[in-house]
Order: sequence, then structure tokens, then C-alpha cells
Amino acid sequence: MFLKSRAILPGFGLSFGISLFSLSLMVVIPFAMLAYSTWGMGWKTFYSTITHPQVLSAIYLTLKISFLAVLTNVIFGTLIAWVIVRYQFFGKGLINALVDLPFALPTAVTGIALATLYAPNGWLGKWFNFKIAFTPIGIWLALVVVSLPFIVRAVQPVLEDLSVEFEEAAQTLGAGSLTIFRRVILPELLPALVMGSGMAFARATGEYGSVIFIAGNIPFSSEILPVIITSKLEMFDTQGASAIALFMLVISFVILFIFNKAQWLLSKRLGARV
Amino acid sequence: MTLLKKLSVLVIGASLVGSVVAQSAQKNFLNVSYDVMRDFYKEYNPLFLKEYAAKHNGATLNIQQSHGGSSKQALSVANGLQADVVTMNQSSDVELLESKGLIHAGWDKEFPNHAVPFTSATVFLVRKGNPKNIQDWTDLTKEGVQVIIANPKTSGNGRYSFLAAYSAALKANNDDHDKAKAYVKALFKNVPVLDNGGRAATTTFVKRNIGDALLTFENEANMAAKEFGENEFELVYPTYSIKAENPVAVVDTVVAQKGSADIAKAYLDYLWSEPAQELAASLYLRPSNPDILAKYKERFPAMETFRANDVFGSWPEIMKTYFADGGVFDQIQQP
Repeated sequence: MFLKSRAILPGFGLSFGISLFSLSLMVVIPFAMLAYSTWGMGWKTFYSTITHPQVLSAIYLTLKISFLAVLTNVIFGTLIAWVIVRYQFFGKGLINALVDLPFALPTAVTGIALATLYAPNGWLGKWFNFKIAFTPIGIWLALVVVSLPFIVRAVQPVLEDLSVEFEEAAQTLGAGSLTIFRRVILPELLPALVMGSGMAFARATGEYGSVIFIAGNIPFSSEILPVIITSKLEMFDTQGASAIALFMLVISFVILFIFNKAQWLLSKRLGARV
Repeated sequence: MTLLKKLSVLVIGASLVGSVVAQSAQKNFLNVSYDVMRDFYKEYNPLFLKEYAAKHNGATLNIQQSHGGSSKQALSVANGLQADVVTMNQSSDVELLESKGLIHAGWDKEFPNHAVPFTSATVFLVRKGNPKNIQDWTDLTKEGVQVIIANPKTSGNGRYSFLAAYSAALKANNDDHDKAKAYVKALFKNVPVLDNGGRAATTTFVKRNIGDALLTFENEANMAAKEFGENEFELVYPTYSIKAENPVAVVDTVVAQKGSADIAKAYLDYLWSEPAQELAASLYLRPSNPDILAKYKERFPAMETFRANDVFGSWPEIMKTYFADGGVFDQIQQP
């Protein structure tokens, strides 16, 4: 009973039982039902459902824009984390709290706010000579907003733990600031950055509430996958909807797995903190 | 239905649609309806309660309303939401409940006018002064005209709009389906945004200022024109359009279990009463009572309308031919 011998506090059996029970009730059973209800349609129908050109185009759009949004956040999220950790300034606490706002706000509110702002007649939208709302750019914007906290909050603690001494040591050895960033800071950040990106990506691919208000939903150009799932439900095609949902889940799972693996390998190779 | 299958429908429904599976209290009376009918039933319920109390020695009821997208609501009822009555915007939503055994066949004969207390029609809402001079269906496919329609895949409103456009083209081209398809293809080329529901489409048109014409129900168009500025929009009545029928039905299995069959019947019957029909007319729904329709005739200009079922067959057939995957709507969307 090596598990018991390692625990200092008693009660492992009971707490483990409760954890397992609640986890199954909340996560495993619903997802299993998704698989179960898809099972009945057979492989052929499943394949033809997910390879429908309109579905494929939505999958491609969703993945592409999610990737671009994460990439944006890798740059700006890291920058925000850097500013919050390394500098002292007035209103730092407020900025720190603002980062979490996309988590707390109902996504529909985010979506409506963005659509109102960036519509062709909106406060911000009217200053651009190209359309933002109701195009893929609008989707990108919504995904950037909802996935921002993941990267900032993943990078922040690592940056906090990173001592300035390393950078000073590198400096005394004659390294320039670019080299310091590339050889000293980035390797430390990389595992956290990868993990944050993975979570942000998973969140972005499944995002519905905010995107629905700002996407144009025109098939083959600005239609995201959740809209196709909704349209299937509106036709009472629960099976088709769960097939696509399941497929999306598999994609997200594979991506999370790859990110986790990459993070694990990176932290092992670099000997960095996770 | 096996227990497992029931459970799967329940869990999928709850997790995907986010529907509430209510184990409602027995004394409550629940009317499950679609979202734009909220205003009507909010005023109708007190009317009915007064009538009900007068007939039953001051007896009172707790009437609850549930509103949302019509098909989503139907799915919730199919998954176990304990609705006494459903008041939907399309008979396919009631037919789903019939196919699941919750409502007996022949529900559309239990009440007058195919169980439709009042109707609406698909009309155009345009900007003040009608700058693009949109008068009829053919104007919508012109170069440079932008049309806002709700997504026919996700909304009953959009389906009615699609069928109205298609049918108008059929009529103009001696029932040539190829020409009708070409027309709707050209029409949807002019659609910059496909919103998920009728209300969202209205928001896009009136608040976001996108599009030259909004295709929606007459009552919604009137409400939008009234609520968002008296002098900003005007209604255009096409010469030929679809009659949007909003059927009502008693959910037989639920009322049998709750013992509320009489209340449910009385609740829906009262929709054909004079005060209820007047209320409908005041909210720009075309009353089925001809006297009241005549009384408000300046509100409801005469237009030639058709029933979807008369032109396109039953709703399951319509859904299969036009809106299911690979149907006509999908075909015309192909680039």
C-alpha cells in the first residue's frame, strides 16, 4: 500500500472515492454518452457526417483561427505577464485583475460587446476601412479575448520564480539582451508557454457563446463548427450533432495530449520548472 | 425506448443544449413557447387567469412560461421538460413531440384553423425612404442590395423566409424549380450575415446597421420598427408571401400524468376568444377571427399568402427536401 504510506493525513479512501465519483458524474459519463449516442450511427454515416465539405470547411476555419488567436496571445500574453511581474507601476493590481475578466464574464456578453464595438457602424469598427465583425477577423478577435487569461496565468508564476540573478550573470558574461532572452529566459518560459497555449487552444476551438455574435455564419467563409452542431440539433439530428461534437472532442484531446507531451519533454530536457 | 437510450437522450440533451430537465411541481402549469412570443403570453396569462377564476370560483393557477428557440424548446419537451402545452412557431416542432409519443396524432384538429390561433407573414423591413427601392422579391437579388435573413438551418423564421422566396420564384416562373433554385441562390449571395435566430437578425439589421432589407415576420418587423425608432424603418409588403403558422397543442402524456387536461384545453381554447384575438392584433399578429382582422385592417394590409403545407407538402417532407444536410439550402450554398 505505497499510496497510503506516503500520505500524512488520513482519509485517502473516502476522499479518493468522492473525487472519482464526482469526476465520473461530471466528466466521464456525459462524454461516454456522447460516444454512445454516436455509436448507433455506424462508421460509414459517422465518416460521411464529418467529411461533409461544409463541416470540413468549418473545422478548418475553427482550427486555423484558434491557432492564430493562440499565436497572438503567446506574444501579447507573455508581454502582459512580463509587464505585471517585472515592473512596479500605479494600477498594477487593476491590470492584474483585468486579465481574468474574460474568465468571469459570460461569453455571450463578450460577444455582444465585441460585435457592437466592431460592427461597421460601431465605435471602433467605423474607423477601419475593412470589415471586422461578421468576418473571420471578428472570430479571431473573440477567440483572442476569451483565451488570453490562459497564457498570462500560465507564464506569470514562472516569470515570478525566475531570479534576476541569472540575467545579471549572463550580462556580466557579456551577453546582449537578445541573447539573454533567447538563451536564459525563453527556455525557462517555454514549458509554461506550451501548456498555456494548449489550454488556450482547447478553449478557442470549443468557443461558442462569444463567437456566435460576431461570426457572419456564412457557410464556407465564416461558419464555425458549433453553428453546424446547433443547426443539426435544430433539425433534431441529435446523433449527427454528437458525432461532430465527438470528433471535435477527439481533436481537442489529441492537441492537449501533444501539448502536454511537448511540455513534459521540454521541461525534462531543459531541467526547467513546470 | 430502453432506459439506457432514455438516459442518453437526457444527458446529451442536458449537456449539449443546456436544457433544463425540470421535475416541476404538480400545481404549476407550464407553457413552453418560442422566444418572440414572450410579450404575447406575458399579457395573455393574466387575461386567461381572470377568465379561469371567474369560471372556477376564484381558483388560481401558477402559470409558468419558458421561452427559447422553437426547435430547442421542442427538444427540451421531448427530453422531459414537463410542459402542459406547447405553443411553437412551426408545426414540425409539434410533430417531433407527436413522433416521440408525447402528443396524440390529430392534434391539429383539436382546435380551429389547424390549431393556429393567429398567423403572421414574411415581409421586408427596409430603411426609411426605401433608398434601394425594394418593392418585391425580384428586387432582393439586385446587385449591391444586402439582405438580412435568419439562418434557415437554425431558425423557423429563416425557414419561412426561404420558403417564401422560393415559392415567389416558383410562381413567377411557372413552377420551374431550377429557376426557383437559381433565384434563392442569387438571393443568399446577397446575405452578408446569417444569424442564428429571428431576433438576432433583427438586431443585426436595426442595431448594427447592416443590410438594406430584413426578411422577417410581420409582427417582428412591426415591433422592430416601433421599438427602434418610429422614423427609421418602413415595412414593405411583397405581393406574394408565406403565412407563418404558429401552432399550439396540449402535451397529452404530461397532462394525463398531472391531471391538468381540462386546464390545458381551456388555456388554449381561450386563445380564440375575442380579448385574446384583440391582444394578438395589438402585437401585430394577424388574428384568425375575421371580424377582428377587419377591425384592424389598416394594420394588416391585404396580401396574398400561402400555407407552406399546401405548396411544399408536410413539414417532415419540407425539412428533408430543403433544410436537411444536402438539401436544397445546402446545395445553393455551395460556392
